[in-house]
Amino acid sequence: MDFDDTREEAEFRTEVRQWLAANAESKSGAFETWQSRYPGRDGYEGLERAKEFQAKKADAGFAALHWPVEWGGRALPPIYQVIYSQEETRYLVARGYFEIGLGMCMPTLFAFGTEAQKRRHAPLALRGQEVWCQLFSEPGAGSDLAGLRTRAQRDGDEWVINGQKIWTSGAHWADWAILVARSDPKAAKHKGLTFFFLSMRSPGIETRRIKQISGASHFNEVYFTDVRIPDSQRLGAVGAGWGVAITTLMNERLTSGDLRGPDFEEIFGLARSVSLEDGPAIKNAAVRERLADLYVKTQGVRLTRFRTMTALSRGETPGPENSIGKLVNAPKAQDIASFAMDLLDMGGVVMDKDTAPLRAAFQESLLSSPGGRIAAGTDEILRNIIAERVLGLPQDVRVDRDLPFDQLPTSAR
Amino acid sequence: MPYDPRAVNFDFSPDQRSLRDQARKFLAEQASSARVRRILEGAAPYDAELWRGMGEMGWIGTAIPEAHGGAGFGYLELCVIAEELGRSLAPTPFSSTIYLAAEALLLAGSEAQKKRWLPRIAQGNAIGCFALAEGAHVATPGNLTTRAVGGRVTGTKLPVMDGDVADFAVVAASETAGRAGLFLVDLEGAHVTRTSLTTVDPTRSHARLAFEAAAAEPLGAPGEGWPLVERLLDRAAVLVAFEQLGGAQAALDMAREYAIGRFAFGRQIASFQAIKHKLADMYVGVELARSNAYYGAWALSKDAPELPVAAATARVAATEAYYQAAKENIQVHGGMGFTWEFDCHLHYRRAKLTGLMLGSARRWKDLLVARLEAGAA
Repeated sequence: MDFDDTREEAEFRTEVRQWLAANAESKSGAFETWQSRYPGRDGYEGLERAKEFQAKKADAGFAALHWPVEWGGRALPPIYQVIYSQEETRYLVARGYFEIGLGMCMPTLFAFGTEAQKRRHAPLALRGQEVWCQLFSEPGAGSDLAGLRTRAQRDGDEWVINGQKIWTSGAHWADWAILVARSDPKAAKHKGLTFFFLSMRSPGIETRRIKQISGASHFNEVYFTDVRIPDSQRLGAVGAGWGVAITTLMNERLTSGDLRGPDFEEIFGLARSVSLEDGPAIKNAAVRERLADLYVKTQGVRLTRFRTMTALSRGETPGPENSIGKLVNAPKAQDIASFAMDLLDMGGVVMDKDTAPLRAAFQESLLSSPGGRIAAGTDEILRNIIAERVLGLPQDVRVDRDLPFDQLPTSAR
Repeated sequence: MPYDPRAVNFDFSPDQRSLRDQARKFLAEQASSARVRRILEGAAPYDAELWRGMGEMGWIGTAIPEAHGGAGFGYLELCVIAEELGRSLAPTPFSSTIYLAAEALLLAGSEAQKKRWLPRIAQGNAIGCFALAEGAHVATPGNLTTRAVGGRVTGTKLPVMDGDVADFAVVAASETAGRAGLFLVDLEGAHVTRTSLTTVDPTRSHARLAFEAAAAEPLGAPGEGWPLVERLLDRAAVLVAFEQLGGAQAALDMAREYAIGRFAFGRQIASFQAIKHKLADMYVGVELARSNAYYGAWALSKDAPELPVAAATARVAATEAYYQAAKENIQVHGGMGFTWEFDCHLHYRRAKLTGLMLGSARRWKDLLVARLEAGAA
């Protein structure tokens, strides 16, 4: 048991550090993000700059370390990606532009696309010249993704798409997308789906921003009216779309992000700096107990990640036990935000950046953290995943498995 | 803030894992539920046959240096064994003798003291215990009523785990008002009265020790006092965390197996989300405790400056995970979980016992924050 890099890993880390020092942008403070530095024009300025950095990163060979060499990767074990990310976190990192394309869409294309398609798309995605999004969730199909009802109807060598997707990150600037749609409503739920990729410039696509409770707009609704996709852009067999979607989602688990708002260090710092009715907050027994609980969770998740890294380092694949991180961190972020505001008492409601501590990071987090408990697997779905895939418990009784999809009961619409 | 480890060898080695397999196999036979119940229901204070077997396996002297008759392995090996002892609920005086008494000698004993006791411990011929508590309240350096004056201690200690069977005790006593120290007392000597005590967990025996001017040797340099007690408790906290971890994992495994085998409303109860989510939460608690315990093991094995924070973190996580797993294991078993016949209560009892034996989670949380404050100052 030790925390030392192997010789090869240490050499790689040095290479990464030198390259980042010469090429990456420094942070001006712990909470500065790419989006806060480049807030203008709905994030388009940030996108342009992120594309410039991504091209440099790809040219230096850091953009997809575990990809095959022929597609611009270095075919390195996953631990090298962890090392790169650890080092990159010290800098201002462009997040939210290319992860879906490189982490989810390209692996799906590699698994199901033709050689010509891979050659056409992988290099441009890698250099950030083409941005991808993922058209999966629908208003009636979130946790129950297989309940989606966007229609794909065959018309000769083409498919015609009608329907609506939602929660699509980055759809407003994406160039390409992967899509799962229902090709056969008479088949059972999971058997009537087919998977495609398509240009976001296709006629008949309309994208609308969704305003979140935090006021930000990271997601979109995407409407399809007679959108045509050539059959050559189908991934996997007709009716086999669910299996393809699972491939995509398995990769999502490796991509899903860290806690970005205030964490233990910030709430600990706040407790040391504010006073309660009986003196400094840090000396209050109830405050101390909650701080200890938060520290134990924070360390637990961090150290669990080191165990995952150890498995990666040995060439083992991390399993669904990775779900622990998000299941603990997302509610914890919400707790920290709310607890911090309680420590500020009546003044906790103020969101004015010049008045609230940490430029209102806790208040911002109160309003953004509920999303963390829902996106990329709700708390409840994650518990199901742990129960079924880690502990091997049986699935819940499924009333929808074998009936034709168009006979399933639905919400009032 | 704590040391930020990089990558990435955060697991036990292949040798350590094969020691774990060997220990699990041995204890499955030698500390089976039937064997644990012999101690639960009988008059014997501990399983002497198992204790002898553990000595023959070389476990008792695992972390005792070869110069003192031990095996001279490290603390990582001891952690591996502790986890298996916790899983099996092994009813032996291992924790008091090894994590506390032997550790106190290794930390602060003179050469003569080590020479006298460590080889006998390593061979399984001496049992030690640690006497700190003085009744139903938290022990502090300021409130100890046991006094040490002129090489003799006077006072009453309770509960003392394995105090009824130990050959010697490491006793915390106050020297002058508000200053405490550790003393070595030969329990076979005169002026010691032992009375057995009933506790919530009869698989581990406890006693009241009354000292009437019993001969006592100071442990450690004069003035080391309470900081020495805290160092000792930190080291024991990591080792006990592994016992708690093993117990928590066993309770989770029991709950899982029962939920899969039990049918109600025409299906396995493990297919109900109320049960699945409960088990998922138990799993998360156990895994966070495991990660925190591993970090404690690393800090203990390196005697790293991170040990005080790592030990308190491991202690809190393991105490809470074990209690949660043991409590919910009963719930998953329904009425059967509440019977004497099912083993659920053995873990429920042990969870509470291990959760208090080095001080409650409440106290360790306070200690943890104090240490974080000191580190961040």
